[in-house]
Amino acid sequence: MHGISRKTPSREEQDATALKAAELRDLQSQFLHLHHNKIYTKEALETSAKLLEVNPEHYTGWNYRKLAVQYFLNHQSETEVDSEYIQSVLNEELKVVENALKKNFKSYGAWYHRKWVLSKGHSSTDKELRLLGKFQKLDSRNFHAWNYRRFITMLKKISDEDELQYTTDMIYNNFSNYSAWHNRSVLLSHLFEKRGKGHCHKESVLEEEFEFVRNALFTDPDDQSGWFYHLWLLDQTVKLEPFLLSSWPPHGSSLYLSVDDYLDGRNLLPSVHFQSKDRMFPLILYFSEAVEGVNSSTVTVECEYYANDNVIWRPLSSNKFGFAQAWLTYLNFPDEVHYLKDCPVKIVVAPFPGIVSSSGISCSKTSHIEFSLCVPSHDRGHAEGQTMPRISWKDEKFYPHATQSQDASLHNSLQRLKITEEGKSKTSDWSMKTIANEIAHCRELLSSTNCKIGKLTLARLLMAQNKLISYGIPNDGIEVHYEEILGLYHDLMKLDPTHICYYEDEYSLVQLKQVTSSMESILKYCHQYGDSTSPSMDSSFCLRLNDLSLSRIGSVEQLLWIQMLDLSHNKIRSIEGLEALQLLSCLNLSNNKFCSFAALDPLRMLKSLKVLDISYNEIGAHTVDTRRYLCSSPMTHTVENDWNFKEFTNAGVEMINHWDVFFIFRDVNLIQLDITGNAVVNDQLKLFLFKLMPSLKWLDGENPN
Amino acid sequence: MCTIFNMFTRMFLPDFHEFHQIAYGRPINDRMGELKIEKHVKYILSVEKRKDDFVSVVMEHLRLNGAYWGLTTLDILGKLDAVDQDEVVSWVMQCQHECGGFGGNIGHDPHMLYTLSAIQVLALFDKIEVLDIEKVSNYIAGLQNDDGSFSGDMWGEVDTRFSYIAICSLAILHQLDKINVETAVKYILSCQNLDGGFGCTPGAESHAGQNFCCVGALAITGSLHHVDKDLLGWWLCERQVKSGGLNGRPEKLPDVCYSWWVLSCLIMIDRVHWIDKEKLVKFILDCQDKENGGISDRPDDAVDVFHTYFGVAGLSLLEYPGLKAIDPAYALPVEVVDRIFVSK
Ligand SMILES: [Zn+2]
Repeated sequence: MHGISRKTPSREEQDATALKAAELRDLQSQFLHLHHNKIYTKEALETSAKLLEVNPEHYTGWNYRKLAVQYFLNHQSETEVDSEYIQSVLNEELKVVENALKKNFKSYGAWYHRKWVLSKGHSSTDKELRLLGKFQKLDSRNFHAWNYRRFITMLKKISDEDELQYTTDMIYNNFSNYSAWHNRSVLLSHLFEKRGKGHCHKESVLEEEFEFVRNALFTDPDDQSGWFYHLWLLDQTVKLEPFLLSSWPPHGSSLYLSVDDYLDGRNLLPSVHFQSKDRMFPLILYFSEAVEGVNSSTVTVECEYYANDNVIWRPLSSNKFGFAQAWLTYLNFPDEVHYLKDCPVKIVVAPFPGIVSSSGISCSKTSHIEFSLCVPSHDRGHAEGQTMPRISWKDEKFYPHATQSQDASLHNSLQRLKITEEGKSKTSDWSMKTIANEIAHCRELLSSTNCKIGKLTLARLLMAQNKLISYGIPNDGIEVHYEEILGLYHDLMKLDPTHICYYEDEYSLVQLKQVTSSMESILKYCHQYGDSTSPSMDSSFCLRLNDLSLSRIGSVEQLLWIQMLDLSHNKIRSIEGLEALQLLSCLNLSNNKFCSFAALDPLRMLKSLKVLDISYNEIGAHTVDTRRYLCSSPMTHTVENDWNFKEFTNAGVEMINHWDVFFIFRDVNLIQLDITGNAVVNDQLKLFLFKLMPSLKWLDGENPN
Repeated sequence: MCTIFNMFTRMFLPDFHEFHQIAYGRPINDRMGELKIEKHVKYILSVEKRKDDFVSVVMEHLRLNGAYWGLTTLDILGKLDAVDQDEVVSWVMQCQHECGGFGGNIGHDPHMLYTLSAIQVLALFDKIEVLDIEKVSNYIAGLQNDDGSFSGDMWGEVDTRFSYIAICSLAILHQLDKINVETAVKYILSCQNLDGGFGCTPGAESHAGQNFCCVGALAITGSLHHVDKDLLGWWLCERQVKSGGLNGRPEKLPDVCYSWWVLSCLIMIDRVHWIDKEKLVKFILDCQDKENGGISDRPDDAVDVFHTYFGVAGLSLLEYPGLKAIDPAYALPVEVVDRIFVSK
């Protein structure tokens, strides 16, 4: 029980409660008798009132009283409406509720009964705010009372402005009143919505709010309430409509589609070359947030050999609602098309009829991507069925990328689409100014106190500033601050070790932003794969982000061109976001912290993936699967109903043990898989994987043939 | 508040004074120890039998919830066979009304809250087939409103708790297509707040129990992409206070029941590593009554069945050794959920 001491009661206390229990039991059975027999006499109602006073949670008791009210009111209407009588019936109910709330003002049943009575419209609501005032004074955080208050203000048509004043008073009374801050955010959201496009108004309100919350933060920097509100204000300040962030191919590039066999390129930069046996050429659009509505009417693809209507855009996500940050389609060059030289392709992401974010904001800016494509003739001879060599991830197989910085194409890959000059709005300037102002105040606060959330807020403000800068919003020469942000998270890990993994995750995201921030920095992580003695032969290009203590993946919008990626020896738990890397053919995830196959769910969407190393992780070592509800499965109703497992059951595989393997690997076509060093591995699983992926040639270095 | 299942919290001593986190005076090693499995089993079985003390009488109207808490705890502890299955099943069925819904006890009115518990108890025993599935699911589906929300019963109280109950129940019965899932999800999203969490109706403040309901409903319908996992995850992990326990809202006291509400959410959105699990395990173990069994809200308070359930379920979510895994969305043992959805 809440807040009741565990000590054994004395003899007298025991006797007293036994007596109380016997009384209550009698009362409850008496009441049920009356209820079942629909007896609504004065005495019967008194019995129920007494019951509800002792036990306000007795929901059937409240139901009975509602039935009684209906009985009286129906009886009434047959003769002559006597509003005084109706009022007296309803007032009696309000009295019963008040008594019950005195006993337990957290009783759902009692509060709802009051709402129900007032909804009848015969009672005065004048008394309600006074009653609420009393309750809210006793417990300013009671959420029943706050909910009831919102109900009453609606009934009495009290304006949002007046209620805003009430939250101001409550907050001045006690800065730590999270419920009041919350209600403030709700009221302001209403006001913003009502005033619609009046941006100036919203901006000045937000400025005032920043100042208001600053009072609270400077008074008690360790209280969480104000900081949550501050975070919401920050979010309102940097909120942009969704827009196209990056694409593959990038704007201005010229590419060469080869139909050569797997990995036999000649020192090829992925940014200029793409191999596909089927002459399928992927197009990827990456947005600033998850959107829906990407289709042939919102995005047009202009290409000599292609009719736009044939283009079908697919969301890269595991949800079935069609929201995704990354969208994919293929240009499929039919066999009749022979040699194409510099075929121009133009993609236009148009604002109409509407690409919309999950919060309902639509993308209003037009973006253009233009690139050219060379497609070789189809019948160029290539050795079909030649045995593929096993890929080895050993360090000696990699050597630093020869700095061909003249490669403008790679540079293009790393260039995000900038917001065009005409697309810039005043809002962004204001956001930049406001953030800079908040950064200054935050630094001031931190100069006098070592407050944890203050530090975190400064880190977030600096990240928000960086984001706006990277989106091309004018920054008056403000520099990006990766080192400072990393330093802040480092401090936080020491200051607040309970939440160390939160700070590590944030740290990783900043780290990846830094790594991908410029071509110079990303080139440091680029390697050639192959034989270093003859670098021009059989080499491939690999981004090696191994051994960086990364716990989380981010900045994928900068990596859409990657075909070979080494993320081994990190602390990564999930590959959420990796589904956008549609060109990926070799992926090393070994020696990380993946704890289930479900954590690899995005692999389902990587159709080009041939080589995967997930050895030495924690798959099968945990009883709790934290990715269980973030993957496609029957539990989340995200797989088709008619999936068929039968052929595997016949082979002795238990679906209940391997459903996650089934739903992920049935959709990929690996040639090479390394899985050793995971608790889940056994012979049955290996056999199952071979059966599930007929393309599989190597499993942990073994070839069954 | 752990009143998700209409609890009678703070009924006897309304405590209006919940301020900052309390610190515990006793030395650490005094509070360490292990889970007293045998004692807790004995305690739960004794509560089942005890029908005369005041607490049991006050809880009479939600005995079906109590049965679900007690039986699920027993199952997690590996001791479900200590109860007479047939007796429980036949009692559960006596709580059902003509309309299809279940009351909290025999003779009490039907309500969503108890209908879910009934379905869950039957699922534990693999006895769903005793139900007239058409009838129960029609009762639940009939409580959906035009805006996608759900009422708790015929009297029309609307709350996202009931959205969860409807979605969870119908999923277990494989009858989700009886309702409009799209509007149900939309309504839940309309209750999302500044902190990424959810309230019981649009505009209502987030709290841990409500977050469980909304995140759980979104999980079951494959809609978790609508949740800002980083924002909500940070709010949730900040529920952990110095003592290691979790509170339900900012600047409130820690309580064992939040081990369930907060942890299950954190797991569903894959952010559970953001808290210090070891400290939380210690906090829960410290709330055990080591002599008589049972777990309380805070150390040295009186134990009860639902905190015993939340404590044990919390430990299961923390991968405490020797416990069966519990599913964070359906609040049933993982093996039961897998049996329902995967074996076919
Ligand atoms: Zn509690």
